[in-house]
Amino acid sequence: MALVELRNVSKIYHLGGEEIRALDDVSLDIEAGEFISIIGPSGSGKSTLMHILGCLDKPSRGTMKLDGTMIENASARELAQFRNQKIGFVFQFFNLLPKLNVLQNVELPMVYSGKSAKERRDHAVKALKMVDLENRMKHRPMQLSGGQQQRVAIARALVNDPKIVFADEPTGNLDSKTGETILTLFRELSAAGRTIALVTHDDEIAARTPRRIEIRDGKIANAQ
Amino acid sequence: MNILNAFAIGFKEIWAHKFRSALTMLGIILGVASLVGMSALVKGIENGMREALIAVGGLEKVRIEEGDLPANQQHLADEAVGVTMDDVYALQRNANMVHLVTPEMRLRNALMTHGSKSYNPYYFAGTWPSALDMNQHTVQYGRMFNEVDDENARNVCVIGTAVRDALFGNPDETGKEIIPIGEKVNVQGEVFTIIGMFQHYESEQDAKKRELAKLQPPASGTNSPARQKSSFGKHSSSSYVFMWKNSNVYVPLNTMWLKFRTAAGSNNIPDARLTSLSVKIRDVNSLDPTIRQLRNVLMMTHHGIEDFNVQTQEDWADRINSAVASARMSGGLISLISLLVGGIGITNIMLASITERIREIGIRKAIGATYSDIFIQILVESVVIAIIGGAVGLIASIGLVEVLSHVSKDNTPVITLSSMIIAFAFSAGVGVLAGLIPAFKAAKLDPIQALRYE
Repeated sequence: MALVELRNVSKIYHLGGEEIRALDDVSLDIEAGEFISIIGPSGSGKSTLMHILGCLDKPSRGTMKLDGTMIENASARELAQFRNQKIGFVFQFFNLLPKLNVLQNVELPMVYSGKSAKERRDHAVKALKMVDLENRMKHRPMQLSGGQQQRVAIARALVNDPKIVFADEPTGNLDSKTGETILTLFRELSAAGRTIALVTHDDEIAARTPRRIEIRDGKIANAQ
Repeated sequence: MNILNAFAIGFKEIWAHKFRSALTMLGIILGVASLVGMSALVKGIENGMREALIAVGGLEKVRIEEGDLPANQQHLADEAVGVTMDDVYALQRNANMVHLVTPEMRLRNALMTHGSKSYNPYYFAGTWPSALDMNQHTVQYGRMFNEVDDENARNVCVIGTAVRDALFGNPDETGKEIIPIGEKVNVQGEVFTIIGMFQHYESEQDAKKRELAKLQPPASGTNSPARQKSSFGKHSSSSYVFMWKNSNVYVPLNTMWLKFRTAAGSNNIPDARLTSLSVKIRDVNSLDPTIRQLRNVLMMTHHGIEDFNVQTQEDWADRINSAVASARMSGGLISLISLLVGGIGITNIMLASITERIREIGIRKAIGATYSDIFIQILVESVVIAIIGGAVGLIASIGLVEVLSHVSKDNTPVITLSSMIIAFAFSAGVGVLAGLIPAFKAAKLDPIQALRYE
């Protein structure tokens, strides 16, 4: 059984009486341990696909199973718990909370999973060691470089030991050299057994993942 | 997320915006301070009124006065005898629910003269020695007249300090306390010897003020404690009671009857009617049965003619209660409105704050915050602002009441614990109310939209 099973999923928006199919009858399986890229130009529906895969949104039609659980009937609270326990997000603009320091940012997902303060600290320090930032724990995000901020975000995504990590244009806001180190980090994580889905519009980046799924006009155009 | 975490986040958020938060809290601070201050003022007024009530004999005192006949007895007006000594003796013998009966016979226009000075006391009455107990009088200098003085209708009197001030000199002006025991005064041609003087009556507030003045070195000339001069206008209704009491003069009942009432009668028989008679009841809780018993006894002596009124201080106590209740109501309403305005301020700032933090809320939701996590976080933040404001308001209220006690002349405001608890509880409640709308708005934000927000 695949980790993620998407069956005939459509996402339909209504804009002023016009029907917009952001996703049109998409079926997709992601196996545990895979490293895939979802590629497409802007407006292709790749973000919508990631939102549905990441339990931020629900499909209009079709079914989705994550780790054996159907998510189309899940309540908002259950979706929040899925995001908390089974999914990690890495965003283009890092999305760290500027008022919290690095350690507190990494601890944040565990605040919502109800871990004790000691557990939170231990896990967060471990995750920061993984991204090589344990000596920056008391810094504010603004005091770090872009690459360091993105590594903090990766530590935050990993801290609850999720089933799958979604990275939305993780190098989009970084220079090519720093972007390279981030991609290397993802490859290392993948080698260590993490399931990672990388959303990008950059063919060069997509070419470096073992599996590549191309989205065009809400449909899977080219799947490997 | 547990509540403790939410409080920690709330404090952090408020600390991050110190000035904004302090301004927002100001509304709550003022609301709480005004609520506590208002209640302290009302409590002070209530205390002053109760003090005055006790000074005139307390709730146990019941007065019986001559009164108009009821409509169906108007034809018996000629046979109405009024309140007389017969009633006093009848009550002493038969009314076992009262333990003290004191007749009073008042002389109006009792102009007292001494040398070139004269004074018209507010209340010049012939009575029994028991009037001391009845009306809560204390003879500080000399003595009260006794039964022998009464039996012999001696021309002796016991005066209040206002009489001394007027006829012999005010301690404020003369610089020394004159005790005019043994001095003679003239009242409508009769010469009276002063054998006693009551203590100076004043409210606790005035006493305190005088103590204070005594401690401080006198500013100019006078070396004795300043006493408030007796004049109308400066005083509240409760200090009027003390003024009235200081202007009392008592003479023996028989002296009053024989020396002054003979001339008043049309046929040389002294007018035996009393101005009033007062009784002290044994138990305040059985006021109603006691009054029924009084009525029964009096109806016997009056042969069924109801030419008397029974007046209790309960009416006064009721008036105090209703005055206090309405003062509390109006003051409380104003304070509550100011608290609510403070709450609206919190709502406003919280709405602005969540607009600033839409992205933060999106991030929190993306990594697993539920609807209720966000709702509680915003609500707690609002409550934290309100309860910090409430706590500061309580401290401010202590200062406010200190200022009020210097400004208010008559009654010292008294802070009550219950008012502080109520004010604090209200501030917390206002915090909850104020946070509801912002918390609801923040919690229902869509994470995708919120993450895209710039």
